[in-house]
Amino acid sequence: MTRRDFLKNSALGVGGATAAMLGLQIVNPKELFAAVAEEKGKTRWAFLVDTYKCVGCGMCVKACKTENEIPWEANASRTWVERYVITKDGKRYADSPKAARDGFTNSKIDLGEGHEVEVKAEDIDKAFFVPKLCNQCEDPACVQACPVGATYQVPDGVVLIDRKWCIGCGYCIMACPYGVRFFNPVTHTAEKCTFCYHRISQGLMPACVDACAFGARKIGNLKDPEDPVTKIIKTERVGVLKSDFGTKPQVFYIGLDEEVK
Amino acid sequence: METLIHGEFWTLKELFVLPNEYIVWSIQIVMYPFMTGLVAGAFVLSSLYHVFGVKQLKDIARFALVFSFSLLFAAPIPLLLHLQQPFRALNVILTPHFTSAIAAFSVVFFTYAAIVAGELWFLYRKHLIETYQMYKGKEKKSLWDSLMVILFGALTLGAMDLSEKALHKDEKAIKFLAALGIPVAAFLHGYVGFIFGSVKANALWMTPLMPVIFIVSAIVSGVALCVLTYIITLEIRKFLAAGKAKRAEAHVKIPQIDSADLSVIQLSVRYLVIFLVFAISLELLDLIFRGYTAVKSWDILRSVIYKNDFVPVFVLQYGIGDALPLLLFLLPGFSMRRALIGTICVLFGVFMMRWNVVIGGQAFSLTFAGFMHYQLPIIPHDIETLKEGLMGIIGVFIAPFCFFWVVNKIFPVFVKKAAVAGGS
Ligand code: SF4
Ligand code: SF4
Repeated sequence: MTRRDFLKNSALGVGGATAAMLGLQIVNPKELFAAVAEEKGKTRWAFLVDTYKCVGCGMCVKACKTENEIPWEANASRTWVERYVITKDGKRYADSPKAARDGFTNSKIDLGEGHEVEVKAEDIDKAFFVPKLCNQCEDPACVQACPVGATYQVPDGVVLIDRKWCIGCGYCIMACPYGVRFFNPVTHTAEKCTFCYHRISQGLMPACVDACAFGARKIGNLKDPEDPVTKIIKTERVGVLKSDFGTKPQVFYIGLDEEVK
Repeated sequence: METLIHGEFWTLKELFVLPNEYIVWSIQIVMYPFMTGLVAGAFVLSSLYHVFGVKQLKDIARFALVFSFSLLFAAPIPLLLHLQQPFRALNVILTPHFTSAIAAFSVVFFTYAAIVAGELWFLYRKHLIETYQMYKGKEKKSLWDSLMVILFGALTLGAMDLSEKALHKDEKAIKFLAALGIPVAAFLHGYVGFIFGSVKANALWMTPLMPVIFIVSAIVSGVALCVLTYIITLEIRKFLAAGKAKRAEAHVKIPQIDSADLSVIQLSVRYLVIFLVFAISLELLDLIFRGYTAVKSWDILRSVIYKNDFVPVFVLQYGIGDALPLLLFLLPGFSMRRALIGTICVLFGVFMMRWNVVIGGQAFSLTFAGFMHYQLPIIPHDIETLKEGLMGIIGVFIAPFCFFWVVNKIFPVFVKKAAVAGGS
């Protein structure tokens, strides 16, 4: 080996070692927590649904399925719309056929197992639509339940799933009081709405918000007092779903009815 | 089919059920608490002799311990069959997320396994050494013999001391491990109950009674299985010996199921009855309490329990699983056959209890306004219906007996009395 070769090789060796060390650099927990705290101070995503504005067209569901690549024919969806019908004689109906992917186009109510019931308009006391999605809970039951930490909450409040780490036990699906989770039929891992995290973190709106022609769906940052959505949530009368589970849901509803399950 | 959601195949939805809701935890999750229950129960039975010195149970105690050990290997199988990503199962050990009730499973499970294995080792130390020496002493060793030398040599862990003092120490260790094992076995199964009881989203599961109900029913099932298998093994041995005697036309002594065996079984059954009564009381308490307090979820629970699931709950679980065996055990004129039928009923009842908890807990929607009906896949048409269908259950049922067959070769249950410790 010539002197020159030796120098070259050792330089390579040192360089390689440094590169390896850089790659393996241990995260300083203090810095990490500081970064998380900073992010937490800046952003908290929240959703606002105005049920008065929803007409049950299902455009949001279509957009969501396309954007998030949930098979079109699969009987599950990250978001869905429910229809509630309460008749004059006190009967209560609710349905969400195919997660309302095709919208509610007639007055037949799906009773499951292939049965339907036709309710005449004049028999109805009240009827309305309620869009649903993951509540990105402040104290998420799903995160608590995941045995491997594949479901986790990011500092800005959104709950995400690591598809590469999920073992597919389904405990999170059982734990979520809102039934928003299911197994993705393609990846065979837990699946749910992420507020389109890949979009909102790039400054875009979630697909469903963009798709809703009636402005029934809005997203906002609770940490920003100037955010119009935050202003509504702070100053108007809004409700959340199933607050008694203690998960502190962050999807707020205008015009929430007692009937809504 | 890439569009079928997991659970969609066996779930029928009635009325208002949320679009993503399916019976996600299916038959293997019924099997999982059933199998762990058997493990824990078998262990408790063996401890009755080792710790509390119930002398008559000596033979069945050794049997129960070996059987508990074999069942132990089978207990995680249903979990693996249930996972959507079974090859990632080790993630639970790599990154356990301890806020989850499932995360500690491996810790609890391996602790328990270590205790059972330890107790078994002390119990069979003498036998292991003797077998080792027997193979080693052979003049001409076949390949098999050499393998056995290695196997048994390794199993002795190099502890060859067979002095009176050492054997006495063994006995002490057995007693200690058996005593330690009881709370751990109870914990193992109580913990399984906690996995369900802590799901706040599920109106049927969420009760602090769940772990206790699970522990007691686990003991019931474990004792029942031990009695049942014990009877069957005795019968098989008798049958085999009779065959041998016939072929040899010699006077091979046929082991008879004598009155001693009957009294062992009768005593075990007596313990079984005590635990059974306790289990029924707890389950009824839970039911009555729910009916009495009648919180929001009671309406839907009532229609599930009393209407949709009336047969599985009241006929199969309480009727065939609880009332019938109680009658069989308590009516005068106890016999081996009654013990046999009774224990089968008890096992069936405990299985139905697991079924009613797991499947029944998913029989209603989170909306409280709809139902889900479960249809067990019988003939598999893909890997999912194979794993989580009738074939899957049969496989899981058979597994412990296969393990038992192997384990029994190393730790023989029916050995000459002197060959194992604790033979005093
Ligand atoms: S709604 Fe369900 S899935 Fe979404 S964060 Fe809350 S508990 Fe988790
Ligand atoms: S299914 Fe996946 S994300 Fe859900 S609890 Fe299990 S491992 Fe976690």
